[in-house]
Amino acid sequence: MQLDRPTLIEAYRRMRLIRDFEDNVQAQFEQGRIPGFVHLYAGQEASAVGVCLHLSDEDYIGSTHRGHGHCIAKGCDVTGMMKEIFGREGGLCRGKGGSMHIADLDKGMLGANAIVGGNPPLVVGAALTVKTKGLPHVAVSFTGDGGSNQGTTFEAMNLAVVLNLPAIFVFENNGYGEGTGVSYAVGADSIADRAAGFGMPAKAVDGRDFFAVFEAAREAIERARTGGGPSAIEVTCMRQHGHFIGDAQAYRSREELERVRADDPLRLFRERVTGEGRLDAPDLDAVDAECAKAIADAIEAAESAPVPSEDELTTDVYVSY
Amino acid sequence: MPRKTYRQAINEALDCEMARDDTVIVIGEDIAGGAGGSGEDDAYGGVLGVTKGLVGKYGRARVIDTPITESAIMGAAAGAASTGLRPVAELMFVDFLGVCFDQIFNQAAKFRYMFGGKARTPLVIRSMIGAGMSAAAQHSQALHPIFTHIPGLKVVMPSNAYDAKGLLIQAIRDDDPVIFLEHKALYDTQAEVPDEAYAIPFGEAEFVTEGDDVTIVAFSAMVARAKAVAEELERDGIEVELIDPRTTSPLDEEAILESVERTGRLVVVDEGSPRCGMAADIAALVASKGFAHLKAPVAMVTPPHTPVPFAPNLEAAYLPSNERIAAAVRSVLGETVPAE
Repeated sequence: MQLDRPTLIEAYRRMRLIRDFEDNVQAQFEQGRIPGFVHLYAGQEASAVGVCLHLSDEDYIGSTHRGHGHCIAKGCDVTGMMKEIFGREGGLCRGKGGSMHIADLDKGMLGANAIVGGNPPLVVGAALTVKTKGLPHVAVSFTGDGGSNQGTTFEAMNLAVVLNLPAIFVFENNGYGEGTGVSYAVGADSIADRAAGFGMPAKAVDGRDFFAVFEAAREAIERARTGGGPSAIEVTCMRQHGHFIGDAQAYRSREELERVRADDPLRLFRERVTGEGRLDAPDLDAVDAECAKAIADAIEAAESAPVPSEDELTTDVYVSY
Repeated sequence: MPRKTYRQAINEALDCEMARDDTVIVIGEDIAGGAGGSGEDDAYGGVLGVTKGLVGKYGRARVIDTPITESAIMGAAAGAASTGLRPVAELMFVDFLGVCFDQIFNQAAKFRYMFGGKARTPLVIRSMIGAGMSAAAQHSQALHPIFTHIPGLKVVMPSNAYDAKGLLIQAIRDDDPVIFLEHKALYDTQAEVPDEAYAIPFGEAEFVTEGDDVTIVAFSAMVARAKAVAEELERDGIEVELIDPRTTSPLDEEAILESVERTGRLVVVDEGSPRCGMAADIAALVASKGFAHLKAPVAMVTPPHTPVPFAPNLEAAYLPSNERIAAAVRSVLGETVPAE
């Protein structure tokens, strides 16, 4: 499928925004300005964006504890996200969720999920809502290779097939579940083949290649929107950083870490679109500048935002009590 | 008013709300009577027999049979609740919730708080608690304290058919996740239950009997036992105020404290395990907020801290008996009670 110029720009913009967000969050975290744990998505941008470019605010996604990229790809406001990660008032979850739990229901973003394997059953529920109400929307579960081994994920895939729901299971195989390699932890040769065993179409794509992800997602999402039921996509990608910020990654070889840099999906995208004459370098440079400013502004807004009032501690436990 | 069983009352609540609001769905194992078999439709109405007839009225799109897959049922119901449906998930025996705790504790219960107040999760989880049928340790637990412990969950324990209908209607209309715990020994008990829909608010205890000598707080199936004891003691001139909180979260603390202020004596009867249970919770409530009114130590009548046994005589010994409840009342009244 030939993408038009605005779509290519938008794809690059979202990927670049994710990368800048992550690079800056890392720097802020290392300076001690961000509390808690932070798990970076850098290196996997082509997956989130390749899928989410097909989605509207009425479509749903469920995410993982490595969720910033999915939020940005789905259209969440980066300033609201940054305030949330800083634990400030005005954060998307008013400072009660933090990095691992960012949600924006108005954008169809059902939440980063700090429980590995937590979101697939929830996404199946969102797909059930869509089907029950007869809507043309879809629900996408982003799960890692680690989450692909959880029983909840198996149950969710089976139920989605049994009920013929518009659910798409995207497995981002970044090579590691925390510090344990996929060749050790996933018993099957292929996560896609395993998903196919539940009775749904499944394919594996190279997650360094935005265009491959985009095309596989298009097919799966179209199938789901037209009543064809669930499907799975295994996206093989490279986690550029450790499991969390501060992870020394001694479990990865020096050669592997060098390859991670070489396989950067943003660089590959840029080379391809300029090489094919579809976009010019100045177009992309302009996007770079726009994203850098957006993230710098977001950090400034987050730093200057007040912390939540202590009165907020006990609010929102229940809708009514 | 017509007399109906607890089972019928629950079925009527589901029927009323499904008719009123087409976003209400029910989902669970065999609840449409089993799907994919070679025999008749709606054969069971769920293994509890509670949902029978609903699939004929509302169809399989709203009365959804699932495989045996508790995590997926719970997660799908929570996900559907947070995206615009009002699912009522049946999870058969409460014991089976063990395999899907994450979806309840870490997901549904926390969405609202963790997402900054913007999420609503109008989910009802119906499940069955209690001993008394020799179903032994994996089919007999009363796990309500575990759910009560989790902020974000509301926990409902109807003790009779009238309350079951009104509380379930309230649960379905409520915008929070509600754990609705039916006691298996109560399904065939009867009470007067109106045909029309009515909602009983959460957090409002019922004063089952009124009296000035001693307060008994009892939950679920223990309410009937405590009531029988209260009637028996009345013949000896002992006036019991029996309180059924009906919901453990929210808990009507005011009703309990106000009653103890008058009676000065408290007995708590609960079927949950004693450690970190409702009896201990209510004893602590009264010790911290009503100590000055106490004329005697609080008495707690619970099972021993053991799994539920199988043999009928052991199971009978496990459950709080009328005799133990009566003995506890007499002890807080200062009467000497022979050792059990």
